[in-house]
Amino acid sequence: MSASHGHAASHDEQIKHTLEHWAHEPFWKKYIFSIDHKVIGLQYAICSMVFLLIGFGMMLLMRWQLAYPNQPLPLIGGILGESLFPGGVMSPDTYNQLGAMHGTIMIFLGVVPLSVGGFGNYLLPIQVGAHDMAFPKLNMASFWVFFIGGMIMMFSFLAPGGAAASGWTSYPPLSVTAQNAQSYWLVGMVFLITSSLLGSVNTIVTAIQLRVRGLSFMRWPVLVWAQVITAFLLLLAFPPLEAAGVLQLMDRLAGTSFFMPSGLVVSGEVLQVSGGGNPILWQHLFWFLAHPEVYVLILPAVGIVGEIIATNTRKPLYGYRTLVYSMLFLGFTSFIVWAHHMFMTGMGTTLSSFFQATTMIISIPSVIVLTTYLLTLWGASIRYTVPMLFALAFLPMFAIGGLTGLPLGLTASDIHLHDTYYVIGHFHYVVAPGTLFALMAGVYHWYPKVTGRMFNETLGKIHFWGSIVSINFIFMPMLLMGMMGVSRRLYDQTVYAHGAAGQSYNLVMSWGAWALAIFQIPFIWNLIVSLKKGKVVTEENPWGGTTLEWATPTPPPHTNFLHEVEVFRDPYQYSPNRNLLPQFVKE
Amino acid sequence: MSLIPYIDHEHPVTGVTNAKFGIWLFLASEVMLFGALFSTYIILRTGATVWPHGYEVLNIPMGTLNTAILITSSVTIVLAWAALKMRQLPKFKLYMGLTCLLSLIFLVIKYFEYAAKFHHGYYPATNTYFAIYFVITGLHGLHIIGGIVVNAYLLGPGSKMYATEPERFTGRVECAGLYWHFVDLVWIFVFPILYLL
Amino acid sequence: MNPTPYPLGKLPLDISTHGAGIDQLIVYIHIFMAILFVGWGIYFLYCLFAFRERAGHTPQLEEKHFSLPKYVEVGVVLVEVVLLVFFSSPVWGSYKNDFPDRNEALVIRVVSEQFAWNMHYPGKDGKFGKTSPQLMDGTNPVGLDRESENGRDDIVTINNLFVPINRPVIIDLTSKDVIHSFFLPVARVKQDAVPGMEIPIHFQVTQTGEYEIACAQLCGVGHYRMRGQFIVKTPEEYATWMTEQEVELANELGDAPPAETAPAAEATPAAAPAAESNSEEEGK
Repeated sequence: MSASHGHAASHDEQIKHTLEHWAHEPFWKKYIFSIDHKVIGLQYAICSMVFLLIGFGMMLLMRWQLAYPNQPLPLIGGILGESLFPGGVMSPDTYNQLGAMHGTIMIFLGVVPLSVGGFGNYLLPIQVGAHDMAFPKLNMASFWVFFIGGMIMMFSFLAPGGAAASGWTSYPPLSVTAQNAQSYWLVGMVFLITSSLLGSVNTIVTAIQLRVRGLSFMRWPVLVWAQVITAFLLLLAFPPLEAAGVLQLMDRLAGTSFFMPSGLVVSGEVLQVSGGGNPILWQHLFWFLAHPEVYVLILPAVGIVGEIIATNTRKPLYGYRTLVYSMLFLGFTSFIVWAHHMFMTGMGTTLSSFFQATTMIISIPSVIVLTTYLLTLWGASIRYTVPMLFALAFLPMFAIGGLTGLPLGLTASDIHLHDTYYVIGHFHYVVAPGTLFALMAGVYHWYPKVTGRMFNETLGKIHFWGSIVSINFIFMPMLLMGMMGVSRRLYDQTVYAHGAAGQSYNLVMSWGAWALAIFQIPFIWNLIVSLKKGKVVTEENPWGGTTLEWATPTPPPHTNFLHEVEVFRDPYQYSPNRNLLPQFVKE
Repeated sequence: MSLIPYIDHEHPVTGVTNAKFGIWLFLASEVMLFGALFSTYIILRTGATVWPHGYEVLNIPMGTLNTAILITSSVTIVLAWAALKMRQLPKFKLYMGLTCLLSLIFLVIKYFEYAAKFHHGYYPATNTYFAIYFVITGLHGLHIIGGIVVNAYLLGPGSKMYATEPERFTGRVECAGLYWHFVDLVWIFVFPILYLL
Repeated sequence: MNPTPYPLGKLPLDISTHGAGIDQLIVYIHIFMAILFVGWGIYFLYCLFAFRERAGHTPQLEEKHFSLPKYVEVGVVLVEVVLLVFFSSPVWGSYKNDFPDRNEALVIRVVSEQFAWNMHYPGKDGKFGKTSPQLMDGTNPVGLDRESENGRDDIVTINNLFVPINRPVIIDLTSKDVIHSFFLPVARVKQDAVPGMEIPIHFQVTQTGEYEIACAQLCGVGHYRMRGQFIVKTPEEYATWMTEQEVELANELGDAPPAETAPAAEATPAAAPAAESNSEEEGK
């Protein structure tokens, strides 16, 4: 007993020593090239939110062309540059550039860095009771590699030919023969992938090795589970895309023919390459990443929503173990469904039967995850805070996103719906009102902990109600337009009779998108102004949470904890009398 | 010293240090990277109308020599680590130096091989066989260079850590060794599929 | 005739023989989705109201076990299996595998390019001439060798796909540059056109009219305007059109007009209009 007591005392001594040392570090070491996981987490979060805004802004421009084809953009059309917007009208190539970069930015520079880099970095070490990540310098490196990758992507707009315009999927031969800065895109991707790999190694080691005493795996908060499974997906699914990126780069720069079959004739000229390659090979390598990537986008959101629902229903999460096993199963299965993106490439019935079956199987754990959250609501005492509103909205929105995956996962219905707006509607329901709402919920939920200030509740509610209504005006018409058979990625769908028939939907979507943009203003305003004007939060546990981040001072100091912490029970436990039994409090 | 545990001793549950855990995860991702390249090789080869036999266009003796050199370097890096375990720094430096030297010789031989290919007009753009040959061996070469940088660091400035934290330093050398074995292992696959088959 | 083949927010008109199975599956899945979503939604809204935080309301903390969700889950699995096995697989299997006899079907090669669809009909002999990438240019989009065996009577049209009703059609689909996707919304046909591969698809249509070919895969700057005409005719009209093409081709090549084999209800060669056919055969 006395030995462990002595150990604790020396531990607290060390914390004090580290804090003193940290206080004397220069500004750039504390806040710029910082090794503090919280600072890195915030760097990720701020960068990715700026990128999200940029990617969203691109879409707002594209929605003008879609709603009012070939009309000059009002107000800003003239100042965007004659080369990209001749006469103020978006050119088809600009449209394709914005389309490709919207996808790339939103996924690789926005959602993933925010959910994994931001929330993962900031919360995971605290939730396992660690003082930092296992490899703090590696953590810093992974942020800066990400930052360089992001900058390469952004500067590719200035490159000759403009940014990549072959879709975020970059299918060759189009991407190889494109005159755009596709090579920048590939190099940028190599940086982003490297950053993700470094980050995921760090996440897994931290979560497993740095757990405090008492925190067994089955006591991990849901968010930790989600982040660890996500990290495994990134770790194992990203390298094939890195390889594929290198191969495509070789095709573009060294004249190889990995993805170039023999006998290509581009613009009437026989292409001078050796040929013998296979364009479908790229799709396999790409989707081998990009399907697990879907779960990379979803799982952290599921984790965040779990934390917020547990905290705001004031009762244990229903079926914690089932939830964990479902997420694990999702993670494993996500590696064997990738070719359902490729049913229309000429795949035979044997292979497609396999991928249809796995796709149906993967829907089962998704349903279970949703069910456990819905059942948690039964008998709860639901506290409608702003984060809870967003977390609750995640459930039906994610349900629509998941359900609309069914007709796309079955080959027969996919014949009609493949590559139409139905697909766009489907995955945006998953990622935008799904994942992004969860991330916004997370931003609100941990805002007081991170900043020591409370956000403005009213502005938060305006943000929520405005967003949930307007976002459905964007994506619901997409599903209907997909039914009509309108292809995705069309610069001007009125060229087609069936496109023109659905054009009125584009007006609805565009105005929905612009309304959504307006409703983000209170959000941004709230985040910035509340830093100075928000009510000061001094208590450690303003929401009454049960996981370890609520054991830290607000805001958490460099070492996260001032004393050695220990975990005594499962997460999300409540007792009738005190109504709250945090993991870190000994009864 | 540090508030981060398991830097120089094993975690009771996982049985490894942080660094060793990390390097294993990193190697898992490397397996996926090279796995993707080997899959590419298989798909290109099965889909090709003509595919040269490696022994017709590549220099088998040089390749064999390089294989032997890499395997030897894997042995020397183990000996370097073993020397550290027995707390014999000079012996460590000898073996680590040998490892670096051998890997440099590997690169020199690789350079002559590449030069000969270019001389005969074989470039990555020549056909898909040379495309995959240059990509796999090139990427493998980059891994060798990365390994040399790490090993040279551990041999030189990095070895200062031995004086203060010998256990942690030994752990680092072990991680470098694991990585080096992996690079070696990749070559063991590369050599037959590109040179012999 | 329907007022429009493309009603707002609905599946387009279906003129194919296999499309009914696809439409049925789409409808059934959406009914299934709607039932699940509405069921969940009612439960969800009830919870949001009944279990809101308020004075005197305490959460139920004891571990509860619900068995209904298990049945729902099993139900979901069963429905998915039924949809997969009994609705999706048969339709897909026949779409991919049950090809009509090539000797009886109308076989057309479709060669896509940035940004057009080139249709290559085998002509009277029913056999395709040789093609090669080296011969491809503006006037010979499919690279047809007119001197090759079977090549002299081949008909090539750009962006206009003519097919007769009630006859199986096989399309051998390929691309000369990048990946396109051949989409006939009204015939429920979609297939990627992949360079280096020739992928066969088949369908049969039952209703005449002028419809559209859409490109469903991003293929470059002109992707949005890669629109083709899908013109479905009666067998007689189709035969007339084909004879016109043959006559026009013969004139161009300076061959004897193929009058003796033309059907009775034939337009005279001199009257062959080029209005609806954009055929651009290459003369020698």
